[in-house]
Amino acid sequence: MTEVIVSLAIGVLAASGVWLILRPRTFQVAIGLSLLAYAVNLFIFAMGRLRMGAAPIVEAGKAADPAAFADPLPQALVLTAIVISFATTALLLVVLLAARGLSGTDHVDGREPK
Amino acid sequence: MLPIVLPLAAGALTLVLDEGRQMLKAWISVGAAVLLVVIAAALVRLADESFATVYRVGDWPAPYGIVLVVDRVSAILVLLTSVLGVASLVFSLASWHRAGPRFHSLVQFLLMGINGAFLTGDLFNLFVFFEVLLAASYGLALHGSGEVRVRASLHYIVVNLAASLLFLVGASLIYGATGTLNMADLALRWREAAPPDRALFEAGAAILGVAFLVKAAMWPLCFWLPAAYSAASAPAAALFAVLTKVGIYAVLRTGLLFAGEAQAAPSTGTPWLAYGGMATIVFGALGVLASQDLGRLASCSVLVSSGTLLAAIAIGSTPLTGAALYYLVVSTLALSALFLLVELVDRGRGPGADVLAVTAEAFRASDSEDESSEVGRVIPAATAVLGLSFGACAVMLAGLPPLAGFVGKFAMLDALLEATPVPRASWAMVALLVVSGFATIIGMARAGVRRFWALPEGSMPRVRILEIAPVLALLTLCVVLTVAAGSLIEYLDAGARALHQPGGYVDRVLAP
Repeated sequence: MTEVIVSLAIGVLAASGVWLILRPRTFQVAIGLSLLAYAVNLFIFAMGRLRMGAAPIVEAGKAADPAAFADPLPQALVLTAIVISFATTALLLVVLLAARGLSGTDHVDGREPK
Repeated sequence: MLPIVLPLAAGALTLVLDEGRQMLKAWISVGAAVLLVVIAAALVRLADESFATVYRVGDWPAPYGIVLVVDRVSAILVLLTSVLGVASLVFSLASWHRAGPRFHSLVQFLLMGINGAFLTGDLFNLFVFFEVLLAASYGLALHGSGEVRVRASLHYIVVNLAASLLFLVGASLIYGATGTLNMADLALRWREAAPPDRALFEAGAAILGVAFLVKAAMWPLCFWLPAAYSAASAPAAALFAVLTKVGIYAVLRTGLLFAGEAQAAPSTGTPWLAYGGMATIVFGALGVLASQDLGRLASCSVLVSSGTLLAAIAIGSTPLTGAALYYLVVSTLALSALFLLVELVDRGRGPGADVLAVTAEAFRASDSEDESSEVGRVIPAATAVLGLSFGACAVMLAGLPPLAGFVGKFAMLDALLEATPVPRASWAMVALLVVSGFATIIGMARAGVRRFWALPEGSMPRVRILEIAPVLALLTLCVVLTVAAGSLIEYLDAGARALHQPGGYVDRVLAP
């Protein structure tokens, strides 16, 4: 069940992100990129395999068993990816505002279609 | 290690210094870049002695820790990057580095990202360095501001962010399928993967390939490039000339590493890469013919160059790869010189004069204001020097004798026709190489005639020695490389042989 929900969530996020990227307004593009980034982050996390009801690291009262750990590497990758996408989105927002200020429109081409 | 840490330190140092102390920052920046050239030259020598030298970050053994690997090809590319860094920094000292904040820090971070991408031996680390160089390049593309630049950068940023997300999807798929991100370890592991995992790995590699090809600007993925590059300020564009090469290097490295020794059976993506590369050449050549301003012409030449390289890599016999690497080095030098030159030549012209010049000869008499407020000393016969340099760039890019472009193209043609019987793809490639050279000659000659012989009165370009010196230095380097072509090609051939037989690389990285 978890697998279905997680994959549906990733799919819906990615689809909305792609649709928004293809929209003509810069703000929609920025939001679309953020949604896509969320989808990708979840995807990376899911690549560490999903498991139900497992202990985060060690179960209380038992000896540690490395085979039962959740894979920590995808989590580290997700952290890096989150930081990077956060920073680039912030940069994109600044550029977006600059484009709005310089061209007077929020169309991605810097001018309204005829 | 040093080629990454040094620009990082210099960039951080220039970041904390106050904007008022431009001279000090400039000295730090240029000093660091010059030091980088020395280090890169030492790396080139080091790489020549052994197969591949491995540096383990934090001294963790290879499949667990992150490794930096230097072999011949990456050493040469690091050297190329640092030479371009010095040239564009010196160029920018004349005026550009005051056009916006934090120029020196951005350049240093860009150098750090590029060097890191060339040296890393880890897939996710490669992503991080890609992001570092992209983030710095966003800043540099915006450097100097202005509406055209902001609009072009907006597209550039969005396209590259989307490509980075694809990169992440590909890398995580590969990790999910094989459980490792170390490139050498991957080369061994993916063969042993179970069939469903193997399909996942191949899907991941394909997505990764698309992400690399966006950076390398292969044909259907390249429409962002001309606008962004021609809008960028001259020193930034000169550095960007090497950015597409990072994508090409990534394709070359990962493709050959994963293909392994089994060169007889090319993987399924190879023909696509070859045709895509050829389509890029066609698109770039048409762009060269159609472009009316010099910046766009130079950007389309970037496309021609990267298309040539992609197709050559895809056809991929070992001597062809060596020749293509030589072409990569010289064409990047020439493109960089061209981007710097374009700025100097176009300075005396009004913004828009390029478009008008095509239809209206009447605009001949318009004495336009200098775009930059910097009024330099007019060096005698400035036009002559500029014209000669432009001619040299044209000869280099079109691949005419006697300069290095000819040597590179000739070596590639020779390698293409070596196999008997010559496959059809190779014939197509030969034809395209010749035709694209021809298109470059026509485009550049037309532009050159319009700029230098039909020079309007009063639009004598003003050039400072500080600005023309890097251009001349880059072109001199091209001449030197022509003379020393033999030894460089030998070196790169050895590098290409090592790339085509990744066993040695894998052994060195995974050695305890």
